[in-house]
Amino acid sequence: MTEKAPSGAGGFDISRAWTDERVRGVIFQIALVLGVAGLAAFIVNNTIANYEEAGLSFGYGFLFDTANFDINQRLIEYASTSTYGRALGVGALNTILVAVMGVAAATLIGFVTGVLRLSNNFLVSRTVAVWVEFTRNVPVLLQIIFWWLIMLALPKVRDSLSLGETVFLNNRGVRLPSPIFEDGSAIVLTIVLLGVVATAVVRRWAKKRQDATGRTFPVGWAGLGLIVGVPVMAYFALGQPLDLDVPVQKRFNLQGGVSITPELVALWLALSTYTGAFISEIVRAGILAVSRGQTEAAGALGLRRNLTMREIVLPQALRVIVPPMTSQYLNLTKNSSLAVAIGYQDIVSTGDTILNQSGQAIEVISLYMVFYLTLSLLTSSYMNWYNKRIALVER
Amino acid sequence: MKFKQIAGAVAVAGALCVAGGMPGQAATLDDVKAAGTLKCGINTGLPGFAYTDDAGKWTGFDVAYCRALAAAVLGDANKVTFVNLTGKTRFPALAAGEIDVLSRNTTWTLSRDVDLGFTFIGVNYYDGQGFIGRKALGVKSAKELGGASVCIQTGTTTELNLADFFRINKIKYEPVPIETNAEARAAYDAERCDVYTTDASGLAATRTTFPKPGDHMVFPEIISKEPLGPLVRQGDDQWADIARWTLNALITAEELGVTQGNVAKMAEGTDNPEINRMLGKEGSMGKMLGLDANWAARAIAAEGNYAEMFERYIGADSPLGLGRGLNALYKDGGILYSPPFR
Amino acid sequence: MTGQPFHRSRAEMLQERPAPITSVGVIGWMRANLFSTWLNVALTLSALALLALTVPPLIDWTFLDATFAGSAGKDCTGEGACWAWLDQRIHQFVYGFYPAEAYWRANLAVVLLVPAVGYLLFANLPYARYGRWFSLAYPVIAAFLLVGGLGLDVVRTDQFGGFVLNLVAGITGIVLSLPIGILLALGRRSRMPIVRTFSVAFIEFIRGVPLITLLFVAIILLPIFLPREVSLDQLVRVMVIITLFASAYMAEVIRGGLQAIPQGQYEAGQAMGLGYWQSMRLIVLPQALKISIPGIVNTFIGLFKDTTLVIIIGLFDILGQARLLQTNQDWLGKVDYETFLLAALFFFVICFGMSRYSINLEKRLDTTRR
Repeated sequence: MTEKAPSGAGGFDISRAWTDERVRGVIFQIALVLGVAGLAAFIVNNTIANYEEAGLSFGYGFLFDTANFDINQRLIEYASTSTYGRALGVGALNTILVAVMGVAAATLIGFVTGVLRLSNNFLVSRTVAVWVEFTRNVPVLLQIIFWWLIMLALPKVRDSLSLGETVFLNNRGVRLPSPIFEDGSAIVLTIVLLGVVATAVVRRWAKKRQDATGRTFPVGWAGLGLIVGVPVMAYFALGQPLDLDVPVQKRFNLQGGVSITPELVALWLALSTYTGAFISEIVRAGILAVSRGQTEAAGALGLRRNLTMREIVLPQALRVIVPPMTSQYLNLTKNSSLAVAIGYQDIVSTGDTILNQSGQAIEVISLYMVFYLTLSLLTSSYMNWYNKRIALVER
Repeated sequence: MKFKQIAGAVAVAGALCVAGGMPGQAATLDDVKAAGTLKCGINTGLPGFAYTDDAGKWTGFDVAYCRALAAAVLGDANKVTFVNLTGKTRFPALAAGEIDVLSRNTTWTLSRDVDLGFTFIGVNYYDGQGFIGRKALGVKSAKELGGASVCIQTGTTTELNLADFFRINKIKYEPVPIETNAEARAAYDAERCDVYTTDASGLAATRTTFPKPGDHMVFPEIISKEPLGPLVRQGDDQWADIARWTLNALITAEELGVTQGNVAKMAEGTDNPEINRMLGKEGSMGKMLGLDANWAARAIAAEGNYAEMFERYIGADSPLGLGRGLNALYKDGGILYSPPFR
Repeated sequence: MTGQPFHRSRAEMLQERPAPITSVGVIGWMRANLFSTWLNVALTLSALALLALTVPPLIDWTFLDATFAGSAGKDCTGEGACWAWLDQRIHQFVYGFYPAEAYWRANLAVVLLVPAVGYLLFANLPYARYGRWFSLAYPVIAAFLLVGGLGLDVVRTDQFGGFVLNLVAGITGIVLSLPIGILLALGRRSRMPIVRTFSVAFIEFIRGVPLITLLFVAIILLPIFLPREVSLDQLVRVMVIITLFASAYMAEVIRGGLQAIPQGQYEAGQAMGLGYWQSMRLIVLPQALKISIPGIVNTFIGLFKDTTLVIIIGLFDILGQARLLQTNQDWLGKVDYETFLLAALFFFVICFGMSRYSINLEKRLDTTRR
């Protein structure tokens, strides 16, 4: 593969070394390393000088200082007396929350609309197409702000829409009753978990049996009974150990229960519809990539249309769909940083406040980057694993 | 100047643009003169203080100070390059020398003055943080706000003051953080939050923009001191002096009755020695600052004295309709007080 | 039976009858397309319901109930949208603070983009020989027109704004990222380990972090990284970062193109005695770039939409102008949706047009390879 430079009669001729590709490569790489190192030294040097001049000291010690500001959505314990580090942690969890919710919703939206767009129902496929094109081609930042404005236009807190006086919707978000766990509730929860495990076992067994004998087993019903039915019976048998903290209208706000802020809802809707529209296109392309003969073969075997889609077409389409999907998931996660525009307190929003108070710019921004790089790495390694699992196995 | 412009042209083509010499430690004045323009950091949009007119020209109370300073230093109130800065970008921009002075409703605090390495050159507006709420709520005081939702702008000192206030009074509240003043107003208007907290000047401005201002009230509590003023980088005392005494000249001009209309005439000489010293007829104050004798006269001629600027952009007859309050001269019951020109 | 021959079949044809009314024409089409199964009926009805719920109110609000005349927000008293600001402020939406007497320069720069791109993509246009040179010179011409100098009045970069800022940032980013992206893609496939490592590290780093954090680097950190004496224009810093950002994505698109070129092409280059750069320039890259064009267009669409992020660091692009108008005393609280809707429309028209074009191109390139 590597060609020899014609260099004299076998000897190494230093004067013609430049014509040797390998020598050139080595020289070029050394130069590159020196260049990058020089640039790094230049930057570090300037940074030290500028920090000294501004009287700042580099270091992450400030993370242990008191934050002195509040965060309205906390997945872990936090108060204004907590540290900057904890505030960043709360923000990071908020980012992860909206990213996970967004990925789930975007996948669902993408698959449903992707399939609908291929529907032979003219009206449906056109409507979906218009929606996809409009959503894809408008900046996501604009859409986030748009959804936020929509949330503001919901009924005011005193005119909340309610579902049987337990679930409330108003422009301060959604308020749900929260469970209060009493004695015995742990047993019920354990039973639910056991039900999930049992369902998984049943599913494996049913699949094996179907592969061997062709007989099917109603896994769905069995699972429903195991995950819902048995725990409900246990719940009543134990004397209803679970109570609900139902929100009630107080002077200013609804109190009690858990609240989902409109900022979270707006961000979630915007991210999941935006990414959903891209996924929709990917799914459509993936389905179209499955040869038509597969559908026809399934039809010849007498499979119904939805079964054909579920058992024949989608599994094959997934191989085409998954790789580009990974980058959509990553985009969604990165786009969640635009939360800052509507005041959803994600890692960038809380970090900005910290940056503004402490002046530790390099440290805060480097933490953003480490956080997002880690998220990207985790997402792509999971997706790579999944992609390998569903890849075509040659038998 | 020419070099910088050509550099700008090259820059957009993608090359790195090295724009002129930048301030080292003690040469801001020389750099401003060499550049022929004053780089002034202002808000990205705050009614009354920094906003654009229909022609897209920046104007407002904070902007007027920049123009006065440019007039004092460069002799032309229009030789200002405005750099719009957000709450987050303002300090790095000043620290890095991208702007010569920051005039962006910035609160004078110890940590900013000392830790971040800036020098506040005075106060052009004494403010304090307050609350606005609907009268229909029946709340008379901010201390009755237990359980309320409170809109705040993120990344500012108001966020910290708010947390402190509720902590001291042991009241629970739901903070609703919002990125910009415009969004906070929209959120409050839609009743996303029960009250909105920001500087009192901002509250008054916001109140006038509601369809029925009478339905809203500003609560009596002022929970913080917010002396807002221009600031410069630490370490260039001459430049800080120029910025400081330009502001003082505007205040003293009000005290001594020097206005935009009569400054030209008064500069020719009056019976009052302090006016004469300030406007360069007597003494050599301009030279002490490194400027010429007419510096203060030009600064006052640019946008008028403090009172004129105040009335034009934020005063009772402007859309904001702010009273002078603390910002009246000391002899009129306020705390505005300039050291003497002597 | 009077001696006539017995016919087992008809003597004459039955008259032709039209197909049942239920399977042709409008009704037939509807049966086949909209109501073929129960599921389809349900889908059709829900789609109809959705359209009925959204479209008429939207049209009412946007046009029928809207106010078009007036000089301030208080003139907009109707139920519908407030468009009265359009005639006063539309120029700021498009051009930002760009001086009015120089609008023609921005217009010309945008119009000239069409032949510049055209000559780059199509070989069969008239005057193609000179056209290529024009394409190469276009960035310089555009920069000259936009910024001025050499006889034209100079426009300061802080006067850039509105949609022109989005266009300038997007186009600059994509044009400059092309060569960098090619180098990075080649670097990633290089046999030199250090070059490969640096390329991979750079590409994956940029692709792994949100653009907004990179913009913070441009605005907040770059001044710290550089010596005190050096100060870069704010817009320039943003463009440098946008270019680097786009380069990483561009590199991946081009790498895809490079991978699609059969190994034989590389070997053929070597067999002809071409050096690495020669065979890249003459054989591999022309083919790889050609099949990368749809990807490049898509990267551009993405980048173009991302230019709206500059509002977060205080530049006044079209969203920034919308914000400015929303905070204006005269229009406060009246134009929130309207201004954003207009901005959305601007983006939609450009991005949708380009994505159509990209799909078109993809199809055409596809047939040539078959």
